[in-house]
Amino acid sequence: MTDVSVQSKVDCIVIGGGHNGLVCAATLARGGRSVLLLEAATQVGGAALTREFAPGFRVSAGAHLLHQMPADLLRELRLESHGLQWAAQGMASAALLPGGARLALSPQDAGQNPSTQGLSDKGLSATGLSPEDAQAYSAYTSRMRRFAAALVPLFSRVPPRLGTTAWADRLALLRLGWEVRRLGKRDMRELLRIGGMNVYDLLEESFASEALKGALAFDAVLGSNFGPRSPGTVLTLLYRLAAESAAGSAGLSQPKGGMGALCDALAKAAAAAGAAIRTAAPVASILVEGDRASGVVLESGERIAARCVISSADPKTTFLRLLGPRYLDTGFVRRVDHIRSRGLAAKLHLALNRAPSFSGLGEAGLRGRLLVAPSMQYIEHAYNHSKYGEFSAAPAMEVTVPTVNDPALAPAGQHVLSAIVQYAPYALKEGWQSGRQRFIDKALDVLEQFAPGLRGSIVAAELLTPADMEQEFRTSGGHWHHGDLAFDQFLMVRPVPGAAQYRTPLDGLFLCGAGCHPGGGVMGVAGRNAARQVLASSNL
Amino acid sequence: MNNAVPHFKQPLLKTPFHERARALSQHDSFIPWAGYTTVDVFTTMEQEYFAIRNATTLYDLTPMVKYRVSGPDALPYLNRLVTRDVAKLKPDRVAYGVWCNDAGQLIDDGTLFRLGQDEYRICTAERQIDWLLDSAIGFDVEIGEVTEQIAALAVQGPTSCAVLKAVGLQGIDKLKPFEIGYFTLATHRLTVSRTGFTGDLGYELWMEPQSAEAVWDALMEAGSSRGIRAIGSQALNVARIEAGFLLPNVDFVSAEHTIRTGRDRSPLELGLAWLVDFKKGHFTGRRALVNEMAHGLRRQLVGLDIAGNKPAHNALLYTDDSGKREIGSVTSAIWSPTCKRNIALAIVDAPHYHAGSTVWAEIYLNRELVWERRMSRAQVVERPFFAPERRRATPPAEF
Repeated sequence: MTDVSVQSKVDCIVIGGGHNGLVCAATLARGGRSVLLLEAATQVGGAALTREFAPGFRVSAGAHLLHQMPADLLRELRLESHGLQWAAQGMASAALLPGGARLALSPQDAGQNPSTQGLSDKGLSATGLSPEDAQAYSAYTSRMRRFAAALVPLFSRVPPRLGTTAWADRLALLRLGWEVRRLGKRDMRELLRIGGMNVYDLLEESFASEALKGALAFDAVLGSNFGPRSPGTVLTLLYRLAAESAAGSAGLSQPKGGMGALCDALAKAAAAAGAAIRTAAPVASILVEGDRASGVVLESGERIAARCVISSADPKTTFLRLLGPRYLDTGFVRRVDHIRSRGLAAKLHLALNRAPSFSGLGEAGLRGRLLVAPSMQYIEHAYNHSKYGEFSAAPAMEVTVPTVNDPALAPAGQHVLSAIVQYAPYALKEGWQSGRQRFIDKALDVLEQFAPGLRGSIVAAELLTPADMEQEFRTSGGHWHHGDLAFDQFLMVRPVPGAAQYRTPLDGLFLCGAGCHPGGGVMGVAGRNAARQVLASSNL
Repeated sequence: MNNAVPHFKQPLLKTPFHERARALSQHDSFIPWAGYTTVDVFTTMEQEYFAIRNATTLYDLTPMVKYRVSGPDALPYLNRLVTRDVAKLKPDRVAYGVWCNDAGQLIDDGTLFRLGQDEYRICTAERQIDWLLDSAIGFDVEIGEVTEQIAALAVQGPTSCAVLKAVGLQGIDKLKPFEIGYFTLATHRLTVSRTGFTGDLGYELWMEPQSAEAVWDALMEAGSSRGIRAIGSQALNVARIEAGFLLPNVDFVSAEHTIRTGRDRSPLELGLAWLVDFKKGHFTGRRALVNEMAHGLRRQLVGLDIAGNKPAHNALLYTDDSGKREIGSVTSAIWSPTCKRNIALAIVDAPHYHAGSTVWAEIYLNRELVWERRMSRAQVVERPFFAPERRRATPPAEF
């Protein structure tokens, strides 16, 4: 470490230039604070990044669809005037089924029935769901949307603390209680009945169609350490629906230029508001003086003073590595250490020399989101392997072909396939050195069933395992959400009690990343909520 | 030591001194202590107590839970664990210390031995391995329990130094309070610390279990002309109350074990503020204790001097003899044979805990199966009740 020249002093240092860090920096700058954002990589974006994975082929390295970033946040930061354009909005979802069939789930599922084509499934007729399932589906979606709506007010607020006598906390809890009570007696009873259930049981009692149940269950386990039969998965599904509902956005969207383009626009918005952004400036540690955060030291040795530090790094990285346990109490460190943050989702990128051809799916179908989750049993089997440190023999997937909507991501006429592949345990028993190619082969075996000939068109393939993501994006365990989105890691216990209101036990240190309420996904709400909390602090 | 039997067939272990203790035990009065069976009373409590204050006593403290803490981060680790500044503890010295949870509430107290540059031993009443290991997250330290590997014997009383000299520990008289020395007795290696739980002159001997019986025998022989006597926990309890020392689960309950709100105790409430160093940097519970200081203590553990000669066991305390307003309760009470005072340790609510305050103790007496109730005036007094100069004198006086 070179020495002690305090180069400058700013009001706020934001650690990490992912979307939450950028939203936080922009919001703070708009609130009149002098802000310096420090990003370790050579470009902003964090895991919301577009990057070249084969010569001429670019892809969103992490999440490839945007559906939870609130419309008012996009407006507030005027992202469209900072260059954000859409390659597609309101994208449809379709479940790929064996034998070239598929089940189309219409955008937003807004009371419309999903339709199927060309298959025979117990609950499906030749053209769609059986009349019983169709009716049940309609009731199910409207009920789940009502339940999700009761959770919506939680998203844009600082979660209340439990066991305090502060009015703000009581009011927030009362409001949640009121929203639930307002559902009416029948709905409230039903919400309380299903709230702690697993999604497998809920869907099993609701529908006959295996295809429909598989497709719906997939969203409950996407990106977390769960199979459909894991406890609490109804809540994770409701949570996802609530986040979408809270966003009030145009459903599944694909930014033009990939997710990195969103972050470029966020960076421009932050810069326009006056925030300074430094890339290639990895933070080595957080400085503490007089029991409060007083700045950071970069890996280069440079020290930068600040009146407060806001970290978008995951809680384990922030507390255990950047700050260090010696500034924290044992019980708190124990809670942080116990955050479940081992990723299970891998990302598969294929460079293709021609458009993939999925059986029974025209070009229009390729514009949407494709699910490989033909039944709940299929997902549960895929999950089973991961419990024992193995990857799924037949993984479940969320597939997009971003180049159909945004041809500029690949050389003319060529394509990119981007897939979230589950389950790929962070700590693979055999190690990813040898497991990597074997897992790619398993994923390709699955894809080949739905898109015969896909293998022949592959120019290059890249697999990002959770271990890779930990390296590349500096997230402990390579977890997309910086920690499982689960009942015991939601709300006032996210990431842990004592740091769930964006403040931390150390004065002047805040969290603003996906590890905080309301969590991961490309949402940006944690960043904004944290900035508001900083702005509300009288001494900052 | 016959501990080869599976633990579930032998719920209480025997200490390496067990056979010697059994031979001297006239009442077969054994009690469980931290997983071992130990003697409560050998002959009579009074006889044993007066040996502590007038002669030399042997007390088997092998069941004390012992942890070895070593490694490059041992000092920063311990400084984050306990409330006092361990940096001030020099090699071959012992310090009394307490550690708290995040809320600044006491988990346990114990003695901290610095045995080398980066090697320490913690002796404590209760098992703490989970807390010690969780506290080690992010520190380069090794922590291991060594309770069964070390036999421990307290040699306490005004003639204890003379007995140890007589048995051949040359230079023992130069050992200062809280200092550690290394000796050999015949072929047996002894680590001796000038520490104890009696508030009197005394030493604690730490040795390998196989040396236990030989050391016991040698001490008994060398001490025969100086009134040496084995003692049980009852006599020790009287001595420790006179010395003002706290006993876990009697004077406080570990914050890790309390269930009801408000039943845990901070070191400030227990009158241990002198052990809390707010200037040394962060330690677990510091922020909560700073906050508690700022808001003032709600209660405090104090000494009481009570009128009459009836020990105020479990007595409730009131502002006056009408017994209408309750302000605390007694945790430990005895008639002090040496001070000739009726003394107690008690938790008293603010503002009545200041020295000189008068409180009233509600004492129940069982007189031939008829219960009588007394309201006795009591005064809040400083601890300890008994602190003879000889406990500190170096070299100790010859007897």
